[in-house]
Amino acid sequence: MIHLEFIDRAHSVQTVPVVCMHCEQPTCAEVCPADAIKRTGDGVVQSARKPRCIACGNCVLACPFGVPEVYEDRQIMMKCDMCYDRTSVGKKPMCATVCPSQALFFGTADEVARLRPLSTPVNRFQFGGQTISTRVLIMMPQALVSRRPYVDVTAAMEDRARERAIALTPVGGGDPFADVEV
Amino acid sequence: MADESQEPIDPRIDTPAREGLTGTAPASVYRPLRDAEQVTIAPDWRPMDVQPAWRTDFPIDWPQDHYVERRDFMKFMVLTSLAFTVGQFWIAAENWLRRRRGQPQMRRVASIDEVPVGTALTFAYPGEHDDCVLVRTGENQFVAYGQKCTHLSCAVRPLAEQGILQCPCHEGSFDLSSGRPLAGPPRRPLARVHLQIVNRDLYATRVEDRTT
Repeated sequence: MIHLEFIDRAHSVQTVPVVCMHCEQPTCAEVCPADAIKRTGDGVVQSARKPRCIACGNCVLACPFGVPEVYEDRQIMMKCDMCYDRTSVGKKPMCATVCPSQALFFGTADEVARLRPLSTPVNRFQFGGQTISTRVLIMMPQALVSRRPYVDVTAAMEDRARERAIALTPVGGGDPFADVEV
Repeated sequence: MADESQEPIDPRIDTPAREGLTGTAPASVYRPLRDAEQVTIAPDWRPMDVQPAWRTDFPIDWPQDHYVERRDFMKFMVLTSLAFTVGQFWIAAENWLRRRRGQPQMRRVASIDEVPVGTALTFAYPGEHDDCVLVRTGENQFVAYGQKCTHLSCAVRPLAEQGILQCPCHEGSFDLSSGRPLAGPPRRPLARVHLQIVNRDLYATRVEDRTT
């Protein structure tokens, strides 16, 4: 189960899907007091086990990527488990199958590197003093990766998008509302 | 990383060369994991041998969470069967103690005149928490039963006009004249309290626990 996050809600309607990165050091499972979050042998961090989860929300606070969500009505945490019902029987996760631009891609690191020759897959993230490696890769421009082979998330939080002046000229010129009575 | 020797793959989704990307590829295509039983790395990136012991007690990996050692299994079996054995001795000791205590003392319940025909009276016998119910069914007919329903020990209530004792918890009913179950979940009759009339006074003499 994935969810969409707004990038800059005050100024834009742009959203980004939040998929689980399937960390090799899952912080959500580390902080779970009920021992409910487990990782299967194929490296997929599963949703909370229903008999164990107490819906305390520790995982929501701890996850550096903001993936888990607690559903108060059902008293359980649910997160992206790479569509385990599909991937375990040889299908792609739903998000990757429906993504029209293949921004979400399901395959090996080699395959995605060949499909996108200008970028390099990266799976190492730095959160202050915490280093995390993930099973899910993100594609980074090669120029950046050669400088630093990991994503420094806390440093990137300070980055702001470069402001661009956009001027929209109405079709035909002039005031488009000239004929409108007010 | 990109391998120059391989053909670039067609980026369209449904091309034959991309069959592997739909998940139908053998597991060997994907980056292999170090050990399927131990895929998780501790947050400090040090090996599992130098991690504190609680990390092995509360593993994050599913296979280890489900793993039961032969020693743990044997410990569980031995302790459980030991508990059952001790329980058998406990039951035997309880029976022996009860037989040694013998029957409780005869005790006055009420005067006959306090219980008109068709009415009931509750009393405690033999202990103060063993509630019983006394019903006068006729001019010279008295019955008394323990009030505990034999299903789940709810208090039964006498319905003299219908000739039953009813348990309100699960609608069980007992025959008023014999205490035997008539309907509902109870299978055993109520404990019968034997009565004796001396000088127009009712005395409870003993409690008879019945199984059939």
